[in-house]
Amino acid sequence: MFDGASLTDFGLAWLEASGPHAEIVLSTRVRLARNFQRHAFAPRIREAERQEIFEEVRQAADRTDLRGGITLELAELSPLSRRVLLERHLISRELAGEAGESLARGAGLLVGPRDTLGAMVNEEDHLRLQALVSGLRLQDAYQRVDRLDEELGAQLPFAYHQEYGYLTSCPTNVGTGLRASVLIHLPGLVLTKEIGKVLQGISQVGLTFRGLYGEGSEVVGSFFQISNQTTLGKSEEDLIEQLERITGQVIRYEQDARRVLLRDAPALIDDKIWRAYGLLRYARSLSFEEVMNLLSGVRLGVSLNLLSGLRVYTLNKIMIYSQSAHLDQSAGRSLSDAECDLHRAAYVRRVLAAEGYVTEEGGSASS
Amino acid sequence: MSAMLCELCQANEAKLHVTQIVNNEMRTLSLCESCAAEKGLDTESSAANVPLTDFLAQVGKDRLEATGGPCAFCGMKFEEFKRTGRLGCSHCYVAFERSLGTLLRRLHGSTQHVGKVYLPPDPTRAEQQERLAGLRRKLDKAVELEDFERAAEIRDMIRTLEGAL
Repeated sequence: MFDGASLTDFGLAWLEASGPHAEIVLSTRVRLARNFQRHAFAPRIREAERQEIFEEVRQAADRTDLRGGITLELAELSPLSRRVLLERHLISRELAGEAGESLARGAGLLVGPRDTLGAMVNEEDHLRLQALVSGLRLQDAYQRVDRLDEELGAQLPFAYHQEYGYLTSCPTNVGTGLRASVLIHLPGLVLTKEIGKVLQGISQVGLTFRGLYGEGSEVVGSFFQISNQTTLGKSEEDLIEQLERITGQVIRYEQDARRVLLRDAPALIDDKIWRAYGLLRYARSLSFEEVMNLLSGVRLGVSLNLLSGLRVYTLNKIMIYSQSAHLDQSAGRSLSDAECDLHRAAYVRRVLAAEGYVTEEGGSASS
Repeated sequence: MSAMLCELCQANEAKLHVTQIVNNEMRTLSLCESCAAEKGLDTESSAANVPLTDFLAQVGKDRLEATGGPCAFCGMKFEEFKRTGRLGCSHCYVAFERSLGTLLRRLHGSTQHVGKVYLPPDPTRAEQQERLAGLRRKLDKAVELEDFERAAEIRDMIRTLEGAL
């Protein structure tokens, strides 16, 4: 049985910040929506069929890159474990279910041994295959998930239509079923107030942006997700290439904005960054939004080399582990909101203390 | 996390965060459910997850009328699809073909899939031919992108398929 203790770093390979542009682009995700030909879609499916699908996928996965990984049926997990998976972006809100609500059988998550490849079963679509990697690596992520799609599709017949392509429960995903997204940190554009123009530009070229936690979520800490809006009428390669090209442009705009900030307001930026670090390092109570906003400042400092001795990995890790389910898990009980803020601040202090001395620009970290 | 108050009434807990772009500035407004409803924002979480339903509600008023249906396979009625934004099964795409064509053009600007061609487990000859054409398109693209490793992989897939034909 899967429990909290076995969750350490599960599904979090992208935190290592090893990919290209990892200080600006946190992660790249590519997912493919697929459905099985002989079953009704989610709104019309019976529970027995859902379980049948889960079993078929589990067996078929043994002959794919998922072999040797972990398979979880969500109804068997504690609500806390499901929230932890949600906070790691491994499952959707829909799959995690509401607190206190019992889950229908057959919804599951498969994660491959390399931890960057996974599949959600019986979400909005029968299958949501996904690759999640560090930094800006769209081609790489697509190729991984494409290979998994080939391996599964050769065993289990997918719903496919000559004109419409891969059929999905929601027509917004039909065709390629592909949604590629990058999680990008744009504090320079937010501080210089250029962000509106950039986001408008993004919308005009058929891409879309949202906050950190998917559709309708709030933008915190200048973290944005940019993804393709349409899925039909363009090939997978073209969709990937366009997102890659536009993301590259956004990175250049962000770098320009940072140069402007350093040129016009160096003292202000330096102060902002060190205040953010100081609060994270010493505060006794922190809300999650506050942590995200402070991390944003510190991340900018690390990226601009104004603050050295902190790894981007550590900042990524705090983003995940200072969320409420992760704190509940490490406390071993359900924390009240006020307690949660105390535990969060204690966690952040501990991690930053373990990281050793943080020094000013150019100086090497020593502890 | 401590509760955040609605920025309009300053009384109820903010449940909804709306990001807007006004004069090139991004603003996030946190509202409670009743203030959000007053502003005409839908607070139903199911609807928030399916922005397509808003879209459908808007376009449904003019030309997006049900033709045919309900779906003979799963019983889905077009009205239900308009409400939820989700189709019941792959046959719905055929049952609602005319209305969906309009919708797909508005959503994607196209109704024709030009991506990967699926090869089912026991393909017919026609399916294999289609797939072959799709792989050749992919090969051209890989060469254009100078991704020769990928091109070699696709070339091998083409050879395997040609051998089977």
